Amino acid sequence: MSTTRRDFIKTVGSLSLAFYLPLDAKHAPAAAPPAVGSFEPNGMLRIDGDGSVTVWATRAEIGQGVRTSMAMAIAEELEADWSKVKVLQASTDPKFGDLGVTGGSQTTRSTTQALRKVGAQAREMLLQAAADSWGVPKAECLARSGRIQHPPSHRDLGFGDLVAKAAALTPPADPPLKATKDFRILGKNIPRLDGPDIVTGRAQFATDIHLPGMLVASIERCPVFGGKVKSFDASTALKVPGVKQVLQVPSGVAVFAEDTWSAFQGRQALKVQWEEGPAAQVDSASIRRQFEARLKSAGKVVRKEGDPAQALPAAAKRIKATYDAPFLAHATMEPMVAVADVKADRCKVWAPTQAPGMALPSVQAITGLKAEQIEIQVTLAGGGFGRRAMSDFIADAVACSKAAGAPVKVQWTRPDDFQHDGYRPATLHELEAGLDGQSRPLAWLHRFVGGSIAASNHFPWPPEAAELSGASDLAYDIPNLQVEWGQSDTPVPLWFWRAVPASFNPFVTECFWDELAHAAGKDPLDFRLDHLPKAPRQLGRDTFDPARYRAVLELAAAKSEWRTRKLPKGWGRGIAAHAYLDCGTYVAQVAEVEAEADGPIHVRHVVCAVDCGMVLNPRNVKAQMESGIAFGLSAALYGEIAIKAGRVTATSFLDQPMLLMPNMPKIEVHIVPSDLPPGGVGEPGLPPLAPAVGNAVFAATGKRLRSLPLLPKPLRRA
Amino acid sequence: MAAFTLTVNGQSHRVEASPEMPLLWVLRDRLGLTGTKFGCGQGLCGACTVHLGDAPVRSCKTRLGDVGSRHITTIEGLDPHGAHPLQKAWVELDVAQCGYCQTGQIMTAAALLAKNPHPSDADIDHALGRNACRCGTYLRIREAVHAAAGQRREVIP
Ligand code: FES
Ligand code: FES
Repeated sequence: MSTTRRDFIKTVGSLSLAFYLPLDAKHAPAAAPPAVGSFEPNGMLRIDGDGSVTVWATRAEIGQGVRTSMAMAIAEELEADWSKVKVLQASTDPKFGDLGVTGGSQTTRSTTQALRKVGAQAREMLLQAAADSWGVPKAECLARSGRIQHPPSHRDLGFGDLVAKAAALTPPADPPLKATKDFRILGKNIPRLDGPDIVTGRAQFATDIHLPGMLVASIERCPVFGGKVKSFDASTALKVPGVKQVLQVPSGVAVFAEDTWSAFQGRQALKVQWEEGPAAQVDSASIRRQFEARLKSAGKVVRKEGDPAQALPAAAKRIKATYDAPFLAHATMEPMVAVADVKADRCKVWAPTQAPGMALPSVQAITGLKAEQIEIQVTLAGGGFGRRAMSDFIADAVACSKAAGAPVKVQWTRPDDFQHDGYRPATLHELEAGLDGQSRPLAWLHRFVGGSIAASNHFPWPPEAAELSGASDLAYDIPNLQVEWGQSDTPVPLWFWRAVPASFNPFVTECFWDELAHAAGKDPLDFRLDHLPKAPRQLGRDTFDPARYRAVLELAAAKSEWRTRKLPKGWGRGIAAHAYLDCGTYVAQVAEVEAEADGPIHVRHVVCAVDCGMVLNPRNVKAQMESGIAFGLSAALYGEIAIKAGRVTATSFLDQPMLLMPNMPKIEVHIVPSDLPPGGVGEPGLPPLAPAVGNAVFAATGKRLRSLPLLPKPLRRA
Repeated sequence: MAAFTLTVNGQSHRVEASPEMPLLWVLRDRLGLTGTKFGCGQGLCGACTVHLGDAPVRSCKTRLGDVGSRHITTIEGLDPHGAHPLQKAWVELDVAQCGYCQTGQIMTAAALLAKNPHPSDADIDHALGRNACRCGTYLRIREAVHAAAGQRREVIP
């Protein structure tokens, strides 16, 4: 049932493989023989004569720590000396294989085993090389911290001394992997490799790139979705010092200048007439009316057990509610930016992209070049959250470089970034549930409507593919249950936003479950624990394990002293959980808030319990949970992209505030120990936050908030 | 266009530009000091924070013409070896995620510590309370400021 982003990550466009490592040395490109004095068993790994180890990360670093965690997985099996490991970023050069899509919290889940194999292969080759040079059996040798040792004869050699010999060997197809208990790097608190560069300002983001002869372009786009340029007058813009030329490009009118500020100044002097198109009639209120009308007719049934329509009239108690969630912008700290250098026979792009392979077809279409003439170098990214899997900002740079006949950096402004995003879909939900005579859940009917990310982007999937998590995979055991989704598209472009539908559905389902608990006169924690399925069950294509769900709920409850600690007057606590089945991670959170009905909401404390399988880097898991909570809280309190006359009204962090330090709650993260395969952590910290806060506000004030964001408009100030 | 002499990180530079040009773009595009980041250009995020004399300022809202003779310090000049106590604490506590906002956070924190060597949580919230981080690193930022002030050490398990 749930065709999800895992498919997206595997099959979008021309991408066909989730993860491909050129594990077989025979497939390494003949054109790139290993440099003399180095050993390059694989496109992702090189060991040099001085013993230094270089790893090329094939996933994008968007703040989730993958550059470090990918290097850790290789270094662990390689038995590398961690202090000699450095990480570089892979490009679309074929030697790196398919770079896939960095998203859906999938990197850890989809790459760890393969990366360990890369490291193990190289380790086995180094062992063989040492054994050969000493004339001893390989089985008597061992690898430790960048050296191969032969304990019986007390000899040892550094990796660097063995590179020439190892390079001549054939990589073993099936190298043995280490036992978890022998790990020296994985599972440890390893600081990220980029730390020193970041704190000194040396870390280079795409926006920091400057090429010789490069122009900076800034593009004026039609503020109305789908609008076009009718005409423009560049005469004043061209008089701005530093401005070189003004050209129409596919996304609008581009001002090319010597430097960024001149390009921005030129843009302000530009006069453009727009053909606004039909979207100019659309605003937030008209979208609401459209959703309300759509909600009146049946949607596509995406899960059905028993028959709630029949069961509800027999219920001892029935409750009904309407919930909604708004459009949201990604608002990465670094506004969209990319650099391109288009020549007659080749094109190079530098971009903070989460999906270089997806961008490639549009680069080909714009340049008319073949894939092998194009190289996209992935750079560091100032945040991603899904936004940087879009190709629009790359297409801008390529089109501008082609038009200007020079290397070009296209720098978006903050208003551009707010107004020309792919937004988290807005949704409207109607729910009805019934309890039987013993106050047990008897029936659950959830109908919701919204636009389709798949349809908005012409992806060849069912329209509901990216809309259902958190709704159709409801965890609880209810004899009569039906979930329906109704498609209601609008001109507002949609895209994946951190946790995608699990950024809104769990708010609805976990708050409504709370309502049902109160209707049943039960403690919300008990009402969750008491109605879990008895055994693992199939939900869509994933297996839901109620024991893991129970364990995170119980851990969060215990650590927050749910049953025992009294809160101060005016405070309330709420609990919520979500099984992020797509990436194999379960999270429960207890939020403690100080709130007044229709007044301010201060989230004081969040206790988070996470089961993400085997933990690769505990400190990073903690950081990602905090990050998901902060991002989720920002959205829960302030997040709303409003539409007026077909355009986004927000142009700044004043219009759309973001969570700041004074409103950051105290956070405790507790990790459930586990030997299960490692799961993702970039997104799963977010889904339980909004419902935990909503439930806590109800506990504090007696007022149930069913509309996101939770703060009344006048109070939405960060 | 006018000619300006700027002292940045102890070095003198001659810049010909409009007095209206924000210091941010002078630093980034003219002097190649890209550690100072563009987050909004509206004075609302703090990613562009540098020191003018001892004071933290938002370089996107500081006109070149208003700099005068005041010395400018950017992240590149905070410590020649990246060994400022804040930089060390930041690395040790692994504060950064994507890292984009962090140079602005560090420059803001450095100005705070210069004035107030032992800030309380409330002092830190006040000084850094308008520096946005979309990755949500606030708790570690606060901890690292304390660590740099030598008051608290995070116990890393
Ligand atoms: S870039 Fe200056 S405050 Fe945001
Ligand atoms: S670390 Fe990413 S915005 Fe702060």
